[in-house]
Amino acid sequence: MSAGVRLERLIASRPWTSRRRGRAADRPDPLLWTRRALPLAAAALLLLSLLVPYWQVILFAPQYPGGLRAYVYLTHVGGDAQEISTLNHYIGMPGLEAAAPLERRLAIPLFVLAATALLLSAYARPLRARWLRLLLRLPAGLLPVGVVADLTYWLWWIGHTIDPAAPIRIEPFMPVILGRGRIMQFGTIAWFSAGFFLAVAAAVLALYDFFRERRA
Amino acid sequence: MKLRSWGGLAVAAVVILTLIVLATRGTTTGQSVPRELQELIQARGLTPDQARAALQTYVPPGKYDDYLMFSSGGQSGQVLVFGLPSMRLLRVIGVFTPEPWQGYGFSKESRAVLGEGEAPEDVLTWGDTHHPAISETNGDYDGQFLFINDKANARVAVIDLRDFATKQIVRNPNAASNHGTVVSPNTDYVLEATQYAAPFPFRYAPVASYNDSFRGLATFWKFDRARGRIDRSKSFQIELPPYWQDLADFGKLESDGWVFMNSFNTERATGGTLDKQPPIEIGASARDMDYLHIINWKKAAELVAAGKARTVNGIRVLSLADAVTNGVLYFAPQPKSPHGNDVAPRGDYIVVGGKLDPNVTIYSFKMIQDAIRAKAFAGKDPYGVPILAFDRVVAAQVKVGLGPLHTMFDDKGNGYTSIFLDSAVTKWSLGEPYHRGDAAWKVVDKVSVQYNIGHLSAVTGDTIKPGGKYLVALNKWSVDQFKNIGPLFPQNLQLIDISGEKMRLLSSTPVGLAEPHLAQIIPMDRVKAWTTYPAAGTNPLTMKVDPQAIKAGQARIERRGTTVEVWMTAMRSHFTPDRIRVKKGDTVILHITNIERAKDAIHGFAIDRYNVNLSLEPGKYETVTFRATKVGTFPFYCTEFCSALHLEMVGYLEVTP
Repeated sequence: MSAGVRLERLIASRPWTSRRRGRAADRPDPLLWTRRALPLAAAALLLLSLLVPYWQVILFAPQYPGGLRAYVYLTHVGGDAQEISTLNHYIGMPGLEAAAPLERRLAIPLFVLAATALLLSAYARPLRARWLRLLLRLPAGLLPVGVVADLTYWLWWIGHTIDPAAPIRIEPFMPVILGRGRIMQFGTIAWFSAGFFLAVAAAVLALYDFFRERRA
Repeated sequence: MKLRSWGGLAVAAVVILTLIVLATRGTTTGQSVPRELQELIQARGLTPDQARAALQTYVPPGKYDDYLMFSSGGQSGQVLVFGLPSMRLLRVIGVFTPEPWQGYGFSKESRAVLGEGEAPEDVLTWGDTHHPAISETNGDYDGQFLFINDKANARVAVIDLRDFATKQIVRNPNAASNHGTVVSPNTDYVLEATQYAAPFPFRYAPVASYNDSFRGLATFWKFDRARGRIDRSKSFQIELPPYWQDLADFGKLESDGWVFMNSFNTERATGGTLDKQPPIEIGASARDMDYLHIINWKKAAELVAAGKARTVNGIRVLSLADAVTNGVLYFAPQPKSPHGNDVAPRGDYIVVGGKLDPNVTIYSFKMIQDAIRAKAFAGKDPYGVPILAFDRVVAAQVKVGLGPLHTMFDDKGNGYTSIFLDSAVTKWSLGEPYHRGDAAWKVVDKVSVQYNIGHLSAVTGDTIKPGGKYLVALNKWSVDQFKNIGPLFPQNLQLIDISGEKMRLLSSTPVGLAEPHLAQIIPMDRVKAWTTYPAAGTNPLTMKVDPQAIKAGQARIERRGTTVEVWMTAMRSHFTPDRIRVKKGDTVILHITNIERAKDAIHGFAIDRYNVNLSLEPGKYETVTFRATKVGTFPFYCTEFCSALHLEMVGYLEVTP
């Protein structure tokens, strides 16, 4: 028995029902494989995405050869965040660590909940109703959108929470989320990072069989 | 038919013409750069060799040198770090002298190093650095630590090459001066040889009692690599006759376990010119031979460990008598007031520069061992040390020029000896197994240097794996080499290409801050220096986060009786707190943490009129302690230009009456 087949059986098994119903596991269910495997993979990707940054910005200036990099994870900001925050204070902009305090605290529990919901939708036998399963998969499906919306808000907040007493005065502005921007002597390049793409993949996998069922 | 062949001819002609045009264009583009350079070379009046030397040593902006050279800083009491081949000065390291840029000797931490725990009136504020020694693993530089001696005060310092800062200074309790600092092949010991004999145990004794009460010493400082410190309690000394022991080198590979050390003034001249005695320079040069000291240091260490030593002024000493009885110490004659004393890469030969003799004398380690076994002694010195017969231990002599001093080696089995009186470097070939037959023990080349060369240094040239490529001549006189800038002339360090058969002089570098003696050259990538201290709040003495270091937002001032303690952060572009109020007579303790993490975000910290200046590199924690004796309101400010608002990085210390 190949490893792939073994994995397939394991995923398709029914831990709650097989003992009582005996032969139920042998009954063929063509959709079972995707119904189980896809949410399971989605949950894994979702949790994995917590370990890598969702968004990054690189700042270029002559005295920083190679640039300064901020890696925005859902739980913290990594890279040269401290240096960027130090520089921010000259123009009265909040430090990166000041943004999204609640979201950073709630990220792990929320994601665990979303992942648990995915698993429930896949395994809990009583949840046969399609709308209930859809409901359980929606959090994972909507997370990327939520993250982008939240990121946009906090970038707006950082760019518009300018301390008027700062040594260097600048007009409030909307930092560039994707692509090139410029602040003082810094050129910036911002883009999504691995975490966001994992979350998008997770969302697609979470919702995939609904689209398929609808097509079918 | 006819037309077609005409057409073919036309096509061929066009093709050929195009090729010709392309070819000439190609050559013109190919030649235009050299022609421009040709004009530049002519305009600057350079010879082709000089132009080649310029290209060989030029390092463009943003590119790095290939080698680091650690040079002693002579009377400055510092170490100088150069990049090669550019010969640009990269760093000065404060060692025996307070150095304000590094805050060395101003913070509590660096004052503890500089002060060696002595009473304030005994703290020395200069040193005469001579011989840097990079730590070694298996006989090759490992780039972790640097040791350097202070000839004037018999001290040895330990520099950590992670942050290029001095961590320890040990004072020799029984010696007045020293010369030569070398490390054993695995840096278990740092050897310090005395230069001028002193009363032993160290005390007052009249010079008239020289022969009886003066002694030389070989001091083996035990180095604890894990702690990065010399361990006094595990160190020992070997008592030697009162000759002037000079340079030393550890044996390696086949001669591992032995030390070779030259000496002069075996005449034991002590001057007395007003009493019509010959001056020391005459008295000390009377004999044709002095003594190469051959020391079995592993046996000495065993004897000391077995308790065959007495503790003198806090350090264990193996007596001269015990050293002789137990076969620890032998002499071999060496001509005449010798200077250099260098072990060949395989550990098989010891090369001694004659100084007042035009030869380098090469001793064979095998022959020395055979002679010791055969007891081939030519006599004993007045202190009972057996003297091996000269012809039983000498493998060869090579006539290299007038005033040979020090020797380093290349990767092709050649020695390079500095020739003081001739102002030259002589390249000569070693014998078997490096070179055989007619090729052995021959002068290969000689190049003039400007002028009066002392030490020389080749890339890893005193290790088991010499790198060849470059050699630096450290010249004592520059005379006419640089524009006159007053009667105190700079030293002249000259870079020489030794990669070919012939040596080629590449460049001259004036050193206008002291007289470097020895230097050592290590490939750049072997030194793994920090760009910032690894964690914010690192104490440079412990290299760990200090319990008193603080994070952003924890700054505070606390008063306990007459002591005011301040926990301060430095961060572009402010100190927190920026106002400190104390009363006259208070003891003020400032714990300052540079909480920056960006490289080169360095802050200074100076208090006006209070003789305080620190260098706070990113992540560094240091302490300042002083008594507020002067009433007034004093600015304290950042002395290292840190940012656009550097001038605003300031605060006030109020000392109320």
